[in-house]
Amino acid sequence: MDVQNRYGQGLVDGIPIGLAYLAVSFAFGIAGMSKGIPVWAVVIISATCLTSAGQFAGIISIASGGSIVELVLSQMVINLRYTIMSIAVGQKLTQDTPVWHRFIMAFGVTDEAFAVSCGRKGEIGSRYFYGIMTVMWSAWTLGTFLGATASGILPEAVMNALGLAIYGMLIALVIPPAKHNPHIVLVVFVAVVCSLVFRYVEVFSFISSGFSIIICTLIAATLGALIFPIKEEADE
Amino acid sequence: MSKTSLAIYIFVMAFSTYLIRMIPLLLIRDKINNRFFRSFLYYVPYAVLSAMVIPAVFYATNDIRTGVAGFVTALVLSYKEMNMVTVACVSCIVALFVELLIL
Repeated sequence: MDVQNRYGQGLVDGIPIGLAYLAVSFAFGIAGMSKGIPVWAVVIISATCLTSAGQFAGIISIASGGSIVELVLSQMVINLRYTIMSIAVGQKLTQDTPVWHRFIMAFGVTDEAFAVSCGRKGEIGSRYFYGIMTVMWSAWTLGTFLGATASGILPEAVMNALGLAIYGMLIALVIPPAKHNPHIVLVVFVAVVCSLVFRYVEVFSFISSGFSIIICTLIAATLGALIFPIKEEADE
Repeated sequence: MSKTSLAIYIFVMAFSTYLIRMIPLLLIRDKINNRFFRSFLYYVPYAVLSAMVIPAVFYATNDIRTGVAGFVTALVLSYKEMNMVTVACVSCIVALFVELLIL
């Protein structure tokens, strides 16, 4: 079986993530400033959390003087998807990887690192994952700092458009494999329909967007696994 | 808010985010052989990403029309299997163009 464990390849594969992260963390830096959080704090949040939705929710909670309990609860719900992703990344990792690597790698399990590493054929090694992490962390922290210090300089129209960067990237991760595999199309379709229902049907309006993502994922991936279980050799 | 309490908030946030990623990665080390669960994990990325994109992408900009323009651009370009950076950048540019044109 193929094993990808080159740090350099991780860096290369991390570049698109890094570019998208620059844009998103830039927006986070600006959001932090507008909530009255000092530059040093915003930058440390990005450097230590490395998560988009969780951080945005976090600064809202902090700025509104929410309790620590509320902060922890919101982080757990929004970040619960990482539990599934961590299991998937763990399954993708070569068996001979020393356990201590898992403690460091855990810090870098993000939506995009997970998508890129689990989207590869074969297994991955820790060095490859560290390559992705290096680019991600640097771009995320740098972008936050730039956004926090430069907030107000960029024209509003450009800032608005930059908000799309992360979604363009996520779409580019889903469509090509879906094009070649109708089973994935079904999963995507189910997830999209569920997501739309949770967002727009009145009865479900109590479900937060973080929680909606978890439920949609569980429903769509379970259906996919029940209807189209993968062949044993085609699963890598 | 004082520096100390801000630091406590940040620590709590970082620590809970780390634990949620670390515990499953540490505890589930053996290869899972269950076919259902392996299939489930195989489909998870596509399900997560789809649910994250829709409908959030429509509200990613300040106007739903520029959001839709960027979304359609990204769909077309990724169907043509352009790389991620190209898709992300061109989508932003199209959205910016639409914004300048209609708003």
